Parts: sequence; C-alpha cells; structure tokens
Amino acid sequence: MMIDFMTLRADFPLLQQKNRGKPLVYLDSGATNQKPQSVIDAMNQYYISDNANIHRGVYELSERATYQYEKVRHDIKEFINAAHTEEIIFTAGTTAGINLVAQSYGRSKLKVLDEIIVSAMEHHSNIVPWQLLAEQVGANLRVVPITDNGEMDLEAYEKLFTARTKIVAIAHASNALGTINPLKQMIQIAHAHNVPVLVDGAQAFPHMPVDVQDLDCDFYTFSSHKAYGPTGVGVLYGKQKLLEKMPPYQGGGDMIESVTFARTTYSKLPFKFEAGTPNISGVIGFGAAIRYLQQVGMQNIAVHEAELLAYATQQLVTIPGLKIIGTAAEKVGVISFVLDGVHPHDIGTILDDHGIAVRAGHHCAMPVMERFNVPATVRASFGLYNTHADIDALVSGLKDVLRLFK
Amino acid sequence: MSGLRELYQEVIIDHSRQPRNFGVLLDANHHKEGFNPLCGDKLKLYVVEKNGVIEKMQFEGSGCAISVASASLMTEVMRGKTRAEVEAIFNDFHQLVTHGHNADVESRLGKLAVLAGVAEYPARVKCATLAWHTLKAAIADDPQAVSTE
Repeated sequence: MMIDFMTLRADFPLLQQKNRGKPLVYLDSGATNQKPQSVIDAMNQYYISDNANIHRGVYELSERATYQYEKVRHDIKEFINAAHTEEIIFTAGTTAGINLVAQSYGRSKLKVLDEIIVSAMEHHSNIVPWQLLAEQVGANLRVVPITDNGEMDLEAYEKLFTARTKIVAIAHASNALGTINPLKQMIQIAHAHNVPVLVDGAQAFPHMPVDVQDLDCDFYTFSSHKAYGPTGVGVLYGKQKLLEKMPPYQGGGDMIESVTFARTTYSKLPFKFEAGTPNISGVIGFGAAIRYLQQVGMQNIAVHEAELLAYATQQLVTIPGLKIIGTAAEKVGVISFVLDGVHPHDIGTILDDHGIAVRAGHHCAMPVMERFNVPATVRASFGLYNTHADIDALVSGLKDVLRLFK
Repeated sequence: MSGLRELYQEVIIDHSRQPRNFGVLLDANHHKEGFNPLCGDKLKLYVVEKNGVIEKMQFEGSGCAISVASASLMTEVMRGKTRAEVEAIFNDFHQLVTHGHNADVESRLGKLAVLAGVAEYPARVKCATLAWHTLKAAIADDPQAVSTE
C-alpha cells in the first residue's frame, strides 16, 4: 500500500504549533517522538470510561480494563512475531527492561570473573546496569570496539568470547551514530558460544520491522515513547524457557500466587515480572500506537526514513566545515554532526531560534563521544512525520549559524 | 536586537574565539575543575590570591561560546578584587543571567552585562555560570569537583 507521508503530519496535533514564533521543525524523535491523535484519544477514553484496576475486580469495569490491557500484550506479540504472549512483559521502558534482565538473569547466572560483552556504541542505559551487576557479582565488562565509520568491529567481537562469557548486550541501532548493527550475525556468533543476547531495541523498534524469532535474540527491549506511544511504558521480550527459570525482579502485588510469612509462591509468566499496578493507561496508549504503526506499515516507514536520511546526508555535507559522525552503511534516521569552530550547544540554541528542535550533547553515550574525540555532537533524528521541508529548514538554520560565527 | 543576536553579540563571539587569560597558571594557590555533564563543557580554573585579593586568574578547557566567553570575561573582571567584591559580583552576575536586564545590576557589572541575553535561554544559564561556580569552589578550597548537575 502506498502511503502519502505528507498527509500523516496532520495526525500529530503537537506538530501544528510554533516554536519561538516559527513553525515547529521537530528533529528529535530519537529522544522521544510526538503522538498521533489516536494515541491521545485512546488514553483519554480509558480514563473517561474504562478505568479500573486490572486482574482483580469481579465487576464489568475491571474486566473491560483487563481485556484492553491484555489485548495490547497480544497485539505486541503479533507485531514482533514472538512465539508466545507470555513472553511479552510490560515494563517502564527500555532501561527498566535491561535492569530487569541484569538483575534477574544476571544475578542468578553470573559469578566471580564471568564476563559480560557490551559494545562501545551503547547508550549509558545498556552499560550502567551491567556495571552494577559486575560490581555485585565480581564479573567483568568486555567492550566490542567500533570502527572509524561507526560500525561494530565484528572480528574483535568474535575474539572477545571466552568460556567465561555469560551474556551479550548490544543495541539494535545506535542512538548517537545511527548505525544498524548486523544483529543476526552477532546473535549467531554468541549462540555458537552458548551465550544469550539481550538487544536494546529502543532506537530500532519504531523504525523497521522487528521479528524476534527471525533474529533469534534471547531478550529484546524497547520503549513506547520512542514509538509514538506514551512515556513510562516499555516491553521486555524474552524467550519463554529463559524467563521461566529467572527469579522475580521486584516483589509486590500481582506477581504472587500465594503469600504467607513462611513462603510465597510466584505467578506464572508474564505476571511474575509485573509487580504492582502497572501503567494501564500507558499500555493502552501504546496499543493505539502499535495500531497506528501497523496502518502506516513498518516497511513503508523504513523506506520513508531511509529516503529522508539520504536526502539529509546529501544536503548536510554541502555545508562548509560540517562533519558527520557515524557513516555506517546501514543507518536509521539519525545524523550526528559537528561543525568546525562552533560548539554543538550553540548550534542547538541558534536552530531553536529558527523553530528547529535538535539534540545537542553527548546523547547519553559518553564512550562514543570519546571514541570520536568530540565533546558533543548535534543530532537530528527523524520520525515518520518528517519531510524534505524539515531538512531544508535545518540546512538554512545551519547557514545562519555560520553567518553568526563567521 | 533579537534575543539570538543579543546572545551571540560580537563581544561574546570574540571572547569565545580568543579567550583572555587562557592557559595553566603554575603559581596558582587555588585551582578547581568545573564540568557540565549535560553538554560536556569542561574547564580548569587557576587563581593566585594574595592577602585576600585576587592577583591573577586563568583558565583552560573547552566548551560552548557562552561558557568560554563567560569564563574569559570573568577572569578579566576579577583581577584585583577582594573576596567580598568577588561575592558581590557573583551575586549580581547570577541575578543578571537568571532574571535578565536590570539597569542597576548592569551598571555595577560593566562589560559583564553583555551576558544579559542568556536569561532568555534558561537551558544556557548553566553554561554562563559554570566558570563562576568553579571560582566560588576554588577560593573556598572545596575538595569536590564542580558539576552543574
């Protein structure tokens, strides 16, 4: 089905406003993206007519809320092609999913001197939870280096495996460089060493079709708010056989079968990992976002954003003194760059004055900044609602930066 | 003058390009590192203080135009000032970059008043004040590194 992306912008009420008196050009979807009206409506409707706690009430209202919440779990299972609905665990976001695996799987499996493989392009949220685990159990972190164009060094990766390697944690796509990693190949290599792989899917899930069975990843975690849904919700997918053996991460209501002071038994999957009343309205909003993505089509989105990336790259390299950081062959719609003699933070402020929202800073990836020897970069990142006009505005804003700093 | 032209006026661009009093000061009796983790601005401040008076002050580091210009202007203004005067200028400067134009404050601050435009950009106040908080900690001999977060 052909989609006219120009018309989709109208689905996003926030994008209709002005920023510092200019039409808003939103190029920070890598941080969080804007929400279509259907997501906002779904959350409103839930509070207007269906709000009740789930999995408890015997009354109709609670049954309705429970049905809607569990329907989203089923929809996400279909969307990412998981084998079982119980493999979909609702979390507070990608970070929460990684911490869950590090603390539950990691603490029960890793011992002194065991090794965790991460890469040099990870977001802090896929580094720090593993460092905490490493400190707790006396394990060590091994880091896959990246090449000068921002790709994973696969030869070095393969050499990092030892008999002590217990888990690999890597991003599907890099938030700071845009690189899409060769996941299938990396997972095959890990599995050949009997090592499970956690994938941080935050930057990939909203931009391309994801099939967890095809990837054969052991864990895949992503956030709603980077995928056109509300903040405070995410999903951890895990293979059933792994999740079943893992101890609970947090204790509380909803995750127990029976409680006495002598002994507590835990619920089955997925509830074992969902302690306490979850973010019900958030999950329902995320469900609406998934429906929106299905209507547009993930393959269509991938093609549209790849075209935007090609156009933006072509336009940006014409600006004197501009250098793109991260030039991998396979990228999501993320362009990080620096400009000779002008600090990214100043560029961010000047672009803001043109109505353009970009991110300036280290993007929670300080090791990446160190690797490329820059204190910070400017990052423009795209969503399905962006157009060539947004990129033209960016280019014109950058020309103004050069005029101010000449 | 638009907010942006005021923020990036010539004096500021000039001081960011050619910061005054830039470099290590080996005879410093106070020195301190300041760091803005959000944007990666980093500076080291060196102060020579004799009998309660700032004799010399230098800095090194990297950062955005606002943070470098603010540090450069500060090192010029603080020369020859007593601790009490440093404190008073600090308070005036903080007032200026958080609340904007104020004739009394600006007349006391002299050339530092060029940074008044920062007040329109709350996200940039940390850039403008990094060197200043670092100075405060340096002369207090606070052992902790300064961080804006």
